[in-house]
Amino acid sequence: MDNIMECTGLSKIYKNAVALSGINLQIKKGRIVGLLGPNGSGKTTLIKLANGLLTPTMGNILIDGMPVGVETKKIVSYLPDHNFLTQWMTVDQMINYFSDFYADFNFERADAMLKNLGIDRTKKIKTLSKGTQEKVALILVMSREAQLYLLDEPIAGVDPATRDYILRTIISNYNEDATIIISTHLISDVEQILSDVVFINNGNVVLCGSVDDIRQREGKSVDELFREVFRC
Amino acid sequence: MSWSFSNDKPIFQQLEERIVLEIISGRYEPGSKLEPVRELAMTAGVNPNTMQRALADIENTGIIYTKRGDGRYITENTEIINEIRNRYVLKKTEDFIASVKALGLDEDGIVKAVREALKQGG
Repeated sequence: MDNIMECTGLSKIYKNAVALSGINLQIKKGRIVGLLGPNGSGKTTLIKLANGLLTPTMGNILIDGMPVGVETKKIVSYLPDHNFLTQWMTVDQMINYFSDFYADFNFERADAMLKNLGIDRTKKIKTLSKGTQEKVALILVMSREAQLYLLDEPIAGVDPATRDYILRTIISNYNEDATIIISTHLISDVEQILSDVVFINNGNVVLCGSVDDIRQREGKSVDELFREVFRC
Repeated sequence: MSWSFSNDKPIFQQLEERIVLEIISGRYEPGSKLEPVRELAMTAGVNPNTMQRALADIENTGIIYTKRGDGRYITENTEIINEIRNRYVLKKTEDFIASVKALGLDEDGIVKAVREALKQGG
C-alpha cells in the first residue's frame, strides 16, 4: 500500500453548489503535499472529506486503504481552518484534554515546541493572542504521531519568524512514512518544504506533480505558476 | 529559512550546487563527515526528500560517499575535489568571458580588465 489517500470520482455537492466534481487523486506515503487553490476552490471540502467531517455525495475516498471511519481517525491528525481551542481552559488543560482523545499523543514533543515558542502553559487560552492560539493549535496537532496530517491554512495568522519555526517544526517532526497535506495560498513560504503540489480549482484537480519536476519543466517556481494558472 | 533559492531552477539542483561549492571551497575537510540528511534539510529549510535526492546526485560525482549505517563522508581523494573545483572555476570564467564579450571586449581587452581588477584588489 503506497498511497495514504486515494480519491476516485470523489464529488461533494452542497444544496446548490458543486464543491468537488469527481476528482481522482492519489497521495503517496512519506510526502509533504501542498493543496493549493484560490478561495472557494474546494480545498477545505477535500480535507473535511478525508477526516470524516463530511461524507461524499458520489465516489469514494480511502485513507491507508480503509474507508473513512473510526480506524482512519486514529491515524489522521487534523488542523481545522478555524479556532477549535476551548477558550476557558489553560494551555496545560488543553494538552491533557487533547491527549485523552488521542492515544498517539507525544507529550515530550508538545513540551519541546511550547518551550521553543515561549508559550506559558499556565495561561488561559482566551488570554492568548490570535497568533499564539494558532501556534498552540498547531502544536497539539503536530504532537500526535499520526500517519496523515491534514493542515488547513496552518500559517496564515502568524508572523514570518514563527512561520519559519513552524515550517521547520513540520519537517523535523514528521516521520518518514507520514504524509502531510498543507492547504494554503501562501505558496512561496511553503514551496521549499513541499515534495508535491495539487492545484485545485472549481472542484477539479487541474495540476498535480512534484515541485522539482514543475520547476524543471516550467523554469519557474510553483508560486509563479500558480499566479499564471489562476490569473484573475 | 536559512538558505534562499532562486525561482528558475529545481530546489534539489540548487542544493547540489551549494553543497558541492562548500566542499570545493574547503568548508568541509576531505574525509570529514557530512551532517545527516534530516539535519541538513533543517538547516536549509527544505523537505528531507529533496535533500536526499540532492545528496544522491552529488554521490554520483564521487565527491561524497556513503559508509553503510554510518552516514555520508567527503571523499579523501583530493584529486576528485580538485578536478571538480577546476571544472567549476573554468565554468565561472567562461560565464564571465561571455558576459564581457557581449559588451564588445576582445581577448586583449578582457585580459587587461582582469589585470586591472586584480590590481585593485578584486
